[in-house]
Amino acid sequence: MSTLLTSPNLHTLSVYVNNKPGVLVRVAHVFARRGFNIESLVVSPTADGRYSRMTVTADGDGETLEQIFKQVSKLVDVLHATEHTHQEVVEKELALIKVRVAEAQRTEVLQILAHFKGATVDFTPQSVIVQVTGNTEKIEACVGMLEKYGIIELVRTGKVIMARGETET
Amino acid sequence: MNGAEALIKCLEKEGVEYIFGYSGGNVIPIFDAIYDSKIKLILSRHEQGASHMADGYARACGKPGVVLVTSGPGATNTITGLFTAHMDSVPMIVISGQTITPLLGKDAFQEADIFGISMPCVKHSYLVRQTNDLPRVLKEAFHIAATGRPGPVLIDIPKNISAGPFEGSLDPEMDLPGYKIPGPVPKADILKMADLINRSERPLLLVGHGAVISRAGSVLRQLAEKLQAPVTNTLLGKGAFPETHPLSLGMIGMHGTAYSNMALTRCDLILSIGSRWDDRINGDNAQFCVGAKKLHIDIDPAEINKIVRCDAVCIGDARLALEELLKHVVPLNTKPWLREIAANRRKFPLKYKKQGGLKAQHVIESAWEVTGGKAIVTTDVGQHQMWAAQFFLTDECDTWLSSGGAGTMGFGFPAAIGAQLAKPGSRVIAIVGDGGFQMTLCELSTAAINKLPVKILVIDNKFLGMVRQWQELFFDNRLSGVDLEGNPDFVKLAEAYGVKAFRIRRAADIRKVLAKAMAYNEGPCLIHAEVVKEDNVFPMVPAGRSAHHMIVERPKTKMEKPTGGT
Ligand SMILES: Cc1ncc(C[n+]2csc(CCOP(=O)(O)OP(=O)(O)O)c2C)c(N)n1
Repeated sequence: MSTLLTSPNLHTLSVYVNNKPGVLVRVAHVFARRGFNIESLVVSPTADGRYSRMTVTADGDGETLEQIFKQVSKLVDVLHATEHTHQEVVEKELALIKVRVAEAQRTEVLQILAHFKGATVDFTPQSVIVQVTGNTEKIEACVGMLEKYGIIELVRTGKVIMARGETET
Repeated sequence: MNGAEALIKCLEKEGVEYIFGYSGGNVIPIFDAIYDSKIKLILSRHEQGASHMADGYARACGKPGVVLVTSGPGATNTITGLFTAHMDSVPMIVISGQTITPLLGKDAFQEADIFGISMPCVKHSYLVRQTNDLPRVLKEAFHIAATGRPGPVLIDIPKNISAGPFEGSLDPEMDLPGYKIPGPVPKADILKMADLINRSERPLLLVGHGAVISRAGSVLRQLAEKLQAPVTNTLLGKGAFPETHPLSLGMIGMHGTAYSNMALTRCDLILSIGSRWDDRINGDNAQFCVGAKKLHIDIDPAEINKIVRCDAVCIGDARLALEELLKHVVPLNTKPWLREIAANRRKFPLKYKKQGGLKAQHVIESAWEVTGGKAIVTTDVGQHQMWAAQFFLTDECDTWLSSGGAGTMGFGFPAAIGAQLAKPGSRVIAIVGDGGFQMTLCELSTAAINKLPVKILVIDNKFLGMVRQWQELFFDNRLSGVDLEGNPDFVKLAEAYGVKAFRIRRAADIRKVLAKAMAYNEGPCLIHAEVVKEDNVFPMVPAGRSAHHMIVERPKTKMEKPTGGT
C-alpha cells in the first residue's frame, strides 16, 4: 500500500526561493505543465527568514527534468536550484505510521521498531502510532515490515536533503 | 500624495510616453492620477486591443509598452495580449486594478485572481499589498521586462492600495536577489564555435528574434560577409539581416523559401542566433540537419538543448556574442555551396500567377514595391501573414511586427496603432486577414480619434484561409467552420468609423490604389483587397515533417494528415 519513493527515475531538486506568497505555485506550475508528478515536497524557511528552501522529489525522464530545472532556475523568485540526484547528500525523512496492533502482537511490533530505531508516539488498546526517521529506503523497509499487521494510516514528510561538507545545498 | 499619484510619477520617471488603457471601478484612482500627468492615455475599445498596442509599441521601439486596465474582466481581457508578448519575448507592463485587500479571495465584485490566472504567461508578476511598495515594484517590473530575455510583467494593484496614502521613497532600491541576467559571453564557448565554423564548407546562419532584440544587425552582416555564409531568418527574425542582401535566403520553415529549406537539408553547420529551433522550423527533430554541426547562441539558458542537442553553445546576448565571434572566424571558401543555393533559387523561386483573379501575393508584393520596402509592417495570422513574410522583404530590425509564437489573430491592427505611436515618422502598414481583422476592428475608433496614419490592408478571401488550406490539403476539402461569407463591406465599415477607405478588385488597379493610400496621411486608411477565395501558401512543409518533405506546389494526390501541432 505504500507508494514507492525509490524509483530509478526519481530526482531530487533543492530550490532556494524568496519567502513570499505565490512562489510555490510558480515552481509547481513548471512541473505540472510538463506532466511531471511531484512525489514529495518540503518547504520551510531557512536560517535567513527572507528565504525558503524547497526540496522537491519528482519522477520522470532526465531530459524533461533538465528542462524543468532550467525553467525553475529562471524564475525571478528563485535564487538558485540544485539537482542532487547523484550527489553526496545527507537525506532524511520522517514517517508517522498508525498500525493496528492487538495486545498479542505488541512485543513483536516493538521489536521491529527497535530495529529501525523508531519510537512509539501514541498507544491505544487497538493501535499504535510509530515514528521513524531516516532515508527513504529505511522508511520503505520499516513500512514493509509493519504492513502485515495492518497499516491504518501513513503520513510521510517527504525527504529533506543537505549537501555534505563544504558543498552548498 | 496617494499610491496612484506615486505610481504615475514613477511611470513618468521611467520615460513612459503612452499608457494604453481601459477604465473601470477598481482602477479609477489611477486614471484620476493620469489626469494631471504628461503621459498620454490611449483609450482602446477593448483591453485585448490595448495589450496588442502596447506590444506593437514595444516591438517598434524596444521600450516596454504599458497597459492599464480594471479588475476582473478588464484584467482577463489582457491574457491573450500577455500570452502573445510572452511567447515572443516582448517587454510589456500590464497594470490591473483589483478589489480592496480586505475582500481579496472573497469573490468580491469583479475580483479575478489575475495574479494566478496570468502566471504561466508572464515573465514575472506582482500583487501589491503595501502602498509604499509601489515605486519598488514598478522599478523592478521595468527592469525585468526589458533586460535579459524580455517579457511581460503584470502588476495587480488593489484599489485601497492605489487610493491609500503614500509615504515611501520614489527612488527605492530594487530587491531582486533571484533575477539573473547572463553576463559577458564566455570566450571559451566562442572559440569552440569559431573552430567549428572555420572548418565548415556549407555553413548556414539561422537568425531569430533574439538577433533583432539585441540589435545584432550590423555585426551579423559583417559576420555573414566575412564568412560568405548564407543567412536565413525565422518569421520573427525578419529584419535582422537584410532580406534583399545577396546572401539572404529569406524566411525558413513551414512556409519558408524552398532554397532555404533545401539549404537546411544540405548544410554541414547551422548556427542559430537567437532562434529557439521552433517546431515551425524543425518539424521532425530526428531528421533535422542530420550530420550537420549545430551551434546555438541564446540569452536564455533554458533554450539551450531544449529542442536540439548542440555541438557548441553560447549563453549570452546575440550582438555581444557575434562581436566576439567575428574576431575569431576566418573567411571561408563557400563558392560551391553558394552556387548550389543559387541554382535552387533559380529552380524554385517564390512564385504566383498574376492572372486569374486578384492575388494576395500580388497585392502584398506591390505594396513592397510601391513603398520601396520603407515601412513598418505588422501582420495578423494566417495565409496573408505568410505571404507578407515571403513578399514584403524586410531589411531593418524592428520593422516587422508579427505574432509568431502565439499566432494570435487580432494582433496585427492594434499592434500597428502602437507602432505608429512609437514611430510617428514612419509609415506603418497593417496587413491583416478578413478573419483576424474582425477580432479587433473596434480599434478603428482609436486609430481615427488619434489621427494615426496607419494603413490597414485587408486581404479579404472570405475564408479563414489558412485553416481552409489545411482542410483542402489534408482533410479531403471537407470545409468545416471556415466560411466567412457574410463579411461586412469593409469600405463602408471604415467609413462608418470616419476612416478613409479604398477598394481593390482587379490586378490592374493595385498600384494606383496603393499609391493613393500610401499618400494619404491625415488619419488611418483602409484598403479592402478582395482577393481570390481559394489560394494556397507554398512552399509548405507539413507540420511534424522534416524539410525533405517540403512541397512547392499543390500535390496531385492526397496528402497524409500532419502529425505535428497545427
Ligand atoms: C485567436 C485565434 N483563433 C484561431 C486561430 C487559428 N487560425 C490560424 S490562421 C486562421 C485563419 C485566419 O483567417 P484570416 O484572418 O481570414 O486570414 P487568412 O488565413 O485568410 O489570410 C485561424 C482561424 C488563431 N491563430 N488565433
